[in-house]
Amino acid sequence: MAGGRTLPILVVVASIMAVWYVATVWLNTPWQLGVYEREGRAWTASDLVVDTMAQERPVLPAPHQVAIEIWQTTVEKKITSKRSLVFHAWITLSATLLGFLIGTALGIALAVAIVHNRATDRSVMPWVIASQTIPILAIAPMIIVVLNAVGLSGLLPKALISTYLSFFPVVVGMVKGLRAPEAIQLDLMRTYSASTAQVFWKLRWPNSMPYLFASMKVAVAISLVGAIVGELPTGAVAGLGARLLAGSYYGQTIQIWSALITAAALAAVLVSLVGLANTYVLRRMGARP
Amino acid sequence: MNGRSLSKLQSALAVAVGVLGLLGLVLPRSAETGLSDTPFLTTFAVLAVFSLRRFRYPLPVFFDGCLTLAAGIALPMSLVVIDKGAVGFWSLTAAGWLSAWLFVERLTASGRGGRWASLAVPVLFGVTLLVLWEVVTRGLNVPQVLLPPPSAIGARFAASLPILWADFQQTFLKSVLIGYALGCGSAFLVAILIDRSPFLQRGLLPVGNLISALPIIGIAPIMVMWFGFDWPSKAAVVVVMTFFPMLVNTVAGLAEAGRMERDLMRTYAAGYWQTLVKLRLPAAAPFIFNALKINSTLALIGAIVAEFFGTPIVGMGFRISTEVGRMNVDMVWAEIAVAAMAGSAFFGAVALIERAVTFWHPSNRA
Repeated sequence: MAGGRTLPILVVVASIMAVWYVATVWLNTPWQLGVYEREGRAWTASDLVVDTMAQERPVLPAPHQVAIEIWQTTVEKKITSKRSLVFHAWITLSATLLGFLIGTALGIALAVAIVHNRATDRSVMPWVIASQTIPILAIAPMIIVVLNAVGLSGLLPKALISTYLSFFPVVVGMVKGLRAPEAIQLDLMRTYSASTAQVFWKLRWPNSMPYLFASMKVAVAISLVGAIVGELPTGAVAGLGARLLAGSYYGQTIQIWSALITAAALAAVLVSLVGLANTYVLRRMGARP
Repeated sequence: MNGRSLSKLQSALAVAVGVLGLLGLVLPRSAETGLSDTPFLTTFAVLAVFSLRRFRYPLPVFFDGCLTLAAGIALPMSLVVIDKGAVGFWSLTAAGWLSAWLFVERLTASGRGGRWASLAVPVLFGVTLLVLWEVVTRGLNVPQVLLPPPSAIGARFAASLPILWADFQQTFLKSVLIGYALGCGSAFLVAILIDRSPFLQRGLLPVGNLISALPIIGIAPIMVMWFGFDWPSKAAVVVVMTFFPMLVNTVAGLAEAGRMERDLMRTYAAGYWQTLVKLRLPAAAPFIFNALKINSTLALIGAIVAEFFGTPIVGMGFRISTEVGRMNVDMVWAEIAVAAMAGSAFFGAVALIERAVTFWHPSNRA
């Protein structure tokens, strides 16, 4: 056990939880003391610990408060309700997935063009890299507002931000992957007098799969961030980002934390789904696990 | 290849340039004034038609360069006269774009120019993009709110330098740099502290990897609640965002020094700290710089987005969100230009330091 990874991870997670509980008591104490003073009642240390973990708008909610909030807003609410986290998570997820799909397709297409055409490689590649130094997340609100003004609203504007963020890792990874075949393998294809298309489908494409999945893991995580930030300026209508913004307007810290944890869980699920697809595809292609 | 014979793609581009040039020469270029505009545009159209001669008599790459330059001057200049472009104008725009493409294609295929060409090609691409942006937004009369032309953005940029500088100071010099230094510094220290405990490493690495993939930006509202509206809350977001990439990379880098080198240090009777400073930290440098580069763009994004959740009345994120509300899109684009330049300069500075520090690494020796 101690040699593996399970025990160390459990210990680390447990200690994070412990630190969280201590921080909850510590950060919420000043407000609680104020309450005691106003009510003019005596208090003991155990009262303080219990009460700091049961505030309605704590500075830092305790983990179990967040867990209860998530339970109430996912399982006990109807999915169609505006207060259901599942409803908001689905809105964010659909924008994420749409953006991720467009971004991946765009990234693969660009990578294919770059690998097969030197002029594209030399003129486009530096700008693909430069495009990412523009903090797109920072202009996401503007893009959303402007696209709304043109009449494009709903899913697509958010998805476009996810697209912009997710195409980059795919381009970089796929250019590397499509160039991964060694010279000797390319020479063999030439001795077979294979056409460019044949070289692509029989050698380059299969060779690039590990690179594709590695980039897709990064891309899907960053797509989610893009979708969440894209929801901020829509006036807090729907989605996890809107929940964050609404929570911060009304000081609903428990709501912020539950949206945050849901987003984290969503990211973890998406990344591990890509990981699973990776293992499946590589196994189908005959790779040893 | 002698640089004058054309490939299939190049021939197709050349034909298209000639035909579109011919169309631009005879069709009306402006909705109101028909064909009467600046002599520049006519010159470019004639040159484009003339380039069809290349199928009888080869023209040098230099000619395509001149053709591209003529397009780059003629198209924006003619917008002074032309209010709204017509068919002829757009076919000349397309001819200009294709001639730039053809030029780049022939420049890379000829393989001449060496370093100069490898720098010129991306610059040419960028300039082409800017000219097309200018020509399309002004020629089509795209509303300012949707997409202002680069010239308007440049004018706004020059006119509001003091505001931009104040925002830059607030967001970049305070939130980003302080948060970046604290986040990367503390992650580096933690990585060295847990270096002696393989148990902690095995536990922290997967958790750290998971957290790096999470939408950490979401903690921004919480940080604003804890640390107030001014820059400390933004710096706190930056600290959290930069911490985990740095931690994971440093821990991975410290494991990079090989068995042989470590054994050598042991035969020198070097202690733990001597081995760390003289062998393992230099060996970890490529990983550490990788994290520093990733973090340089993350930090800027974190600080700007955190400002959407509440700021004093200065800062790049604040300016972007308020000017969007007032539909001053050119100001927003000026702010984006500042952010892009600051981000590129920050990234470039880290990359330069990396080159100087890890000069021994294979990727820097080529």
